[in-house]
Amino acid sequence: MNYPLHLAILVLLWGYIYTSWSLMGRLGLVSFGHGAFMGIGAYTVVMLWNHFGLSPWLGAIAAFVFSAVVAIVIGWPCFRFRIVGHYFALVTLALSEVTRLIFIAARDHTGGSLGATPNGALVDGTSASLWALQFSSKLPWLLIVTALWLFGLWVWRQVDRSMGRLALQAISEEEEAAASIGIHVTRAKLRITIISALMTCAGGILYAQYQLYVNPDTVSGIAISLQMVFGVIAGGMFVMLGPTVGAAFTLLLAEGLRLAFGNRYPALDATIYGVMLVLFIIYMPKGILGAALEGWKAARRRKAAPA
Amino acid sequence: MLLVDGLTKSFDGFLAVKNVSFEVAEGEILGLIGPNGSGKSTTFNLIAGALKPTAGSVRFRGAEIGGLPAYRVAHAGIGRTHQIPKPFRKLSLVDNVALAAFYGANETISREEAYRRAKDTLALVGIVSTDVQKLGAAGLKKLELARALATQPKLLLADESLGGLDHGEMEQAAELLAAIRGKRGITIVWVEHIMGVLMRVVDRCVVLDHGEVIARGRPAEVARDPKVIEVYLGTDAPEVQAATHARRQ
Ligand SMILES: Nc1ncnc2c1ncn2[C@@H]1O[C@H](COP(=O)(O)OP(=O)(O)O)[C@@H](O)[C@H]1O
Ligand SMILES: [Mg+2]
Repeated sequence: MNYPLHLAILVLLWGYIYTSWSLMGRLGLVSFGHGAFMGIGAYTVVMLWNHFGLSPWLGAIAAFVFSAVVAIVIGWPCFRFRIVGHYFALVTLALSEVTRLIFIAARDHTGGSLGATPNGALVDGTSASLWALQFSSKLPWLLIVTALWLFGLWVWRQVDRSMGRLALQAISEEEEAAASIGIHVTRAKLRITIISALMTCAGGILYAQYQLYVNPDTVSGIAISLQMVFGVIAGGMFVMLGPTVGAAFTLLLAEGLRLAFGNRYPALDATIYGVMLVLFIIYMPKGILGAALEGWKAARRRKAAPA
Repeated sequence: MLLVDGLTKSFDGFLAVKNVSFEVAEGEILGLIGPNGSGKSTTFNLIAGALKPTAGSVRFRGAEIGGLPAYRVAHAGIGRTHQIPKPFRKLSLVDNVALAAFYGANETISREEAYRRAKDTLALVGIVSTDVQKLGAAGLKKLELARALATQPKLLLADESLGGLDHGEMEQAAELLAAIRGKRGITIVWVEHIMGVLMRVVDRCVVLDHGEVIARGRPAEVARDPKVIEVYLGTDAPEVQAATHARRQ
């Protein structure tokens, strides 16, 4: 019972993180830097708890402030000076890698590349501590991540229905024309970036608390950022449940590889992500769910036509 | 209403616009003409905030707007079209125009109001198709115009509204600009590299050549100006021949 529950929690949590990424990714802001926000969430909360005994709830506030500052410091110059497309991808890629390297370099406090474990709060036989955000059973986690995932879908829908979404789509196509009709381009991009960054940060916090372990490679860096991009493209970023389908897909892939090869080839999944990313972009640009929905619609049209 | 004074733009030392000055009075249609590459579109980009001037000032209704970002110029009440249409192809036609109505207004308006204004504006410019992908050259020009008008500008900068149109479409487009001024009371600066139809509609002309103003005045005077004739005879593009022909008639 624990393993399927574990998988369900991870799918929902990653589904939420991918959804958060897609809020900007599908509007032409393809970030390879979201590993940074996940990492900031995970590490800020665990470090504040371990070194100062600060509850993750308070640590989360610090992590949000920190993420917002990083999003603005990186995003504002990019948007102000029209760094888009490949250049934006490169800047954000550097961000996630720098974040990873900082976690490693600060090894005296963070445990370096060995990672760190939040100090246990469930010592005297208690099974749950809301204050420490630690639970010995998986059920509370399922409830938490389900709520978070639903929240992510709700934000997606709010964004989708807003004029702001149309404005960002217009910007991604014709930035100069968008500005000429009165759209404050820098502000529009920065707003969605901050929303996306903060949501990803929240995902990082819960991921660390659920795993009770943080590691620079699993919550930040290029690998995790690439995994997000790949997962979303695989699932489909233009439909609400696409990122969640992508999360299920990447998770099953990673688990499958782990069962088949164990830990013999540690970088194998990243390599396969890279290759599959290219294949998906070429052959299935709308992702698994996007392609499936299209196929289903086409089939219905075919059925309706001869009648 | 608009006062351009000493406007200059240098692209890495190349002066595309040199010390250009002109004035636009409320309610008039001013023609800004000149051969290809004479700096007309650059002048528009400088006024509209798409480019930053190297020197000079732009005053609009008493306030300096030179160097302001494009969105603030739009909010100040200047709408512009692009010589090469820049539609938002992934959006529907009405979304294209509603966005302009929503973000271009200098007051906060509701979504419903934005869509209402968009539909009115589409009706005014007379776009029949509903699909951006299916618009031809004339349709795309109309969409540019609709988007600029939906921001409810007091001044419209129309860049080559006749480019790529056939004769009948040119006549229609010229009538439309005249109607926009007539019905909506919008002041217009109209850029065109050919004289032709434009000369019948505008109140006054400013002629640019190599980034400099070489003539200004009533259309009939400008068309007789030796400097203007020289500039236009100096090129041999067929449309210039046609324009010259039209002028002789
Ligand atoms: N962004 C730019 N960078 C460099 N040169 C430019 C740029 N925009 C325009 N130019 C040059 O400035 C001159 C004037 O161009 P433009 O204003 O587009 O002329 P027009 O609209 O009158 O045909 C041309 O020689 C053109 O090549
Ligand atoms: Mg031009």
